[in-house]
Amino acid sequence: MNNIQIYINGLGNVSPQKTIDAKHFLDEPLSYETNRLKSIDPGYKEFIPVELIRRMGRIIKMSVTASKICLEDAGRVHTDGTLLPPEAIITGTGLGCLEDTEKFLASMINNKEEFLTPTSFIQSTHNTVAGQIALLLKCHGYNFTFVHRGFSFESALLDALIQLRMGEFSNLLVGGSDEITSNSFAIMDRMGHWKQKPIQSLTLLYDSQRGTIAGEGASFFFLQNVKNERTRAEIKGLSTLLHPSSISEITEKCLEFLTSNSLTPGDIGLVIPGLNGDPRFDRVYHDFIADIFPRTPIACFKHLCGEYHTATAFALWMATMILNKQSVPLVIRWKSEVSFPLNNILIYNHYRNMEHSFILVARA
Amino acid sequence: MSKRVYITGIGIVCAIGNNVHETLQSLLTEKSGIGEITLFPTIHKGVIPLAEVKLSNKQLQTELGFHGAKNFTRTALLGMKAAREAVESASITDIKSSKTGLVSATTVGGMDRSENFYSCFLKNPKKGRLVDVINHDCSDSTERIAGFLKIKDFVTTISTACSSSVNALMFGSSLIKAGQLDRVIVGGNDAVTRFTLNGFNTLMILDKTGCHPFDENRAGLTLGEGAAFLVLESEDIVAREKKRVLAEVSGYGNANDAYHQTASSPEGKGAYLAMAKAIEMSGLNPADIDYINGHGTGTENNDLSEGIAMERIFGNFVPPFSSTKGYTGHALGAAGAIEAVISVLAIQNRVIFPNLNFSTPMKELKIRPVTVLRTHCEINHVLSNSFGFGGNNSAVILSKV
Repeated sequence: MNNIQIYINGLGNVSPQKTIDAKHFLDEPLSYETNRLKSIDPGYKEFIPVELIRRMGRIIKMSVTASKICLEDAGRVHTDGTLLPPEAIITGTGLGCLEDTEKFLASMINNKEEFLTPTSFIQSTHNTVAGQIALLLKCHGYNFTFVHRGFSFESALLDALIQLRMGEFSNLLVGGSDEITSNSFAIMDRMGHWKQKPIQSLTLLYDSQRGTIAGEGASFFFLQNVKNERTRAEIKGLSTLLHPSSISEITEKCLEFLTSNSLTPGDIGLVIPGLNGDPRFDRVYHDFIADIFPRTPIACFKHLCGEYHTATAFALWMATMILNKQSVPLVIRWKSEVSFPLNNILIYNHYRNMEHSFILVARA
Repeated sequence: MSKRVYITGIGIVCAIGNNVHETLQSLLTEKSGIGEITLFPTIHKGVIPLAEVKLSNKQLQTELGFHGAKNFTRTALLGMKAAREAVESASITDIKSSKTGLVSATTVGGMDRSENFYSCFLKNPKKGRLVDVINHDCSDSTERIAGFLKIKDFVTTISTACSSSVNALMFGSSLIKAGQLDRVIVGGNDAVTRFTLNGFNTLMILDKTGCHPFDENRAGLTLGEGAAFLVLESEDIVAREKKRVLAEVSGYGNANDAYHQTASSPEGKGAYLAMAKAIEMSGLNPADIDYINGHGTGTENNDLSEGIAMERIFGNFVPPFSSTKGYTGHALGAAGAIEAVISVLAIQNRVIFPNLNFSTPMKELKIRPVTVLRTHCEINHVLSNSFGFGGNNSAVILSKV
């Protein structure tokens, strides 16, 4: 089953950076003075019927837009300009439609369970994103949503690879998205997740205060079992690890994953770890790197998009662009010069040292 | 890689039973679990009925062997109880003996506690106990179960509204067929909450007299709660360990109605596609299906489009069907797994459970559900449907081995 190759033939990314136009690749990085990054409004009117925009929560708008950009990037456009739906839609989200959930919860509490309207309740379910994309594209295929903290996007991607490799589908749309709201930011702030003072976001990885910066975004990928002129990279696979008890457990899992792909650490031309500027959690990345990738070039991403459950979807977008363009933008370089041609990139992430994951992407 | 996926264990806690045995007894004696709201204060008490699990959080906690405050949500407690029963029923003594994963499902996760947090938080953002909200997200109950049962190789959670746990069963089966895992515990858990009660109430689809699935005079659903898990194992494990097989997962399908965020299409397109895919995968003919455990929520919209889709698939030969939601209520993220367990019980006990609260056939349909318990039935293949918001439609076929 593993010898069927899967290609990333389109991508769309709505994030706090200028990522919606694939012609530009982080050549004008934006730095914000904040501890909470927000996605840039890409001009939703261009992508979503105006009467729907009003009702949609931000996560839905970001995701629908990213998925439409992705399908356009993949060339899935009819002559009349409408989009050709994928065979399946698989999404991952850590916290889903927070804005709608909070809205309904607040009105239920404030109005003492009376005079409530259904819209925010209807849109509060976690699969609203995948459902809305299907509805707008008229896609009757397989439609799945995974909701598991730092495994949300990873699970969606694993399902996508399994379905494609087993021949259930020949193409599909897979993505990860999360939104941050003022309330969820405030709650996680009380839990000690964020930096206590605003910082220049691009300096995140050098900041020594506890905590990281909150982020959000929606990154979608069009995967296919064939290579074509739109192909940007090959997705080799992924591996997950729950609650490891030591660094050696993480490195063992990584080596096992590389071996299953007939690779050794020396074959990896660039590692993208999920460093997020919180010294309590970054230590794990540093130890891991020192253990098996001491001389491998490193690039980082969370100073661009912030921390959220599906941030690895942003990292996969970045890795795909690096392999496609065979260049590493200055703003993401962390350690050592990359040598080209660059063939393999390994993304290693963990969410608060609970859910750890590896994603392997290759030059196509 | 395993061509076939077997069910070797089941566990359940729902409105009609705290375990598989009690649930079966209630099904056989036509004992409904629908009753008055007791779990939380609400203005709907005495007006809208619920199908609650008849155990308090404290009782659940004690039964699971946890003493003192552990900050578990009700969703997680229900999940741990049912998952433990499933693993025990599969006679698994060492969970690490095979590569084992957990795929669970929920719609509102730890909302039962978040809504308490939120009422304090709204008054003052510095207030509200964080322990009441830290377990809010959907993965919390899954990781609690994984920790409780020492499942380590893979965990994930699916949330696709009311089809969530059938989708967990589908994904677990895919993981085994793809050779990723040898054994997957699949299922779902959801506690009833004020959030969901009020949410469905705004849609005006809660029947004040308890649900009447597939009845002409149906007036909506009755919310339920609970958890159910099934142990799926590969051909290899079953052969090597000579396992007792309860049933086989022989087919499944998921499709999207792509019609409306909550309403089903009048022709039941998504439902039709899901059932058709499941039948195609199983390699069976529609005529081979001996019983359909319908989604049958009791809402005007669902039962009509599901009924139409069944008539389209099976023509004049729609197999005996019933909705068991008159017993268990609609347990949302747990519903599909609860009904998968009920389907296994139908196969094992050679019975078809009746559709409670039915009196008048729907005028748009030629078919009517089974209303009296049928025993000594030869049940080789059961089709179970689960449909949800977002147009998410799933069907699974479980077969006798």
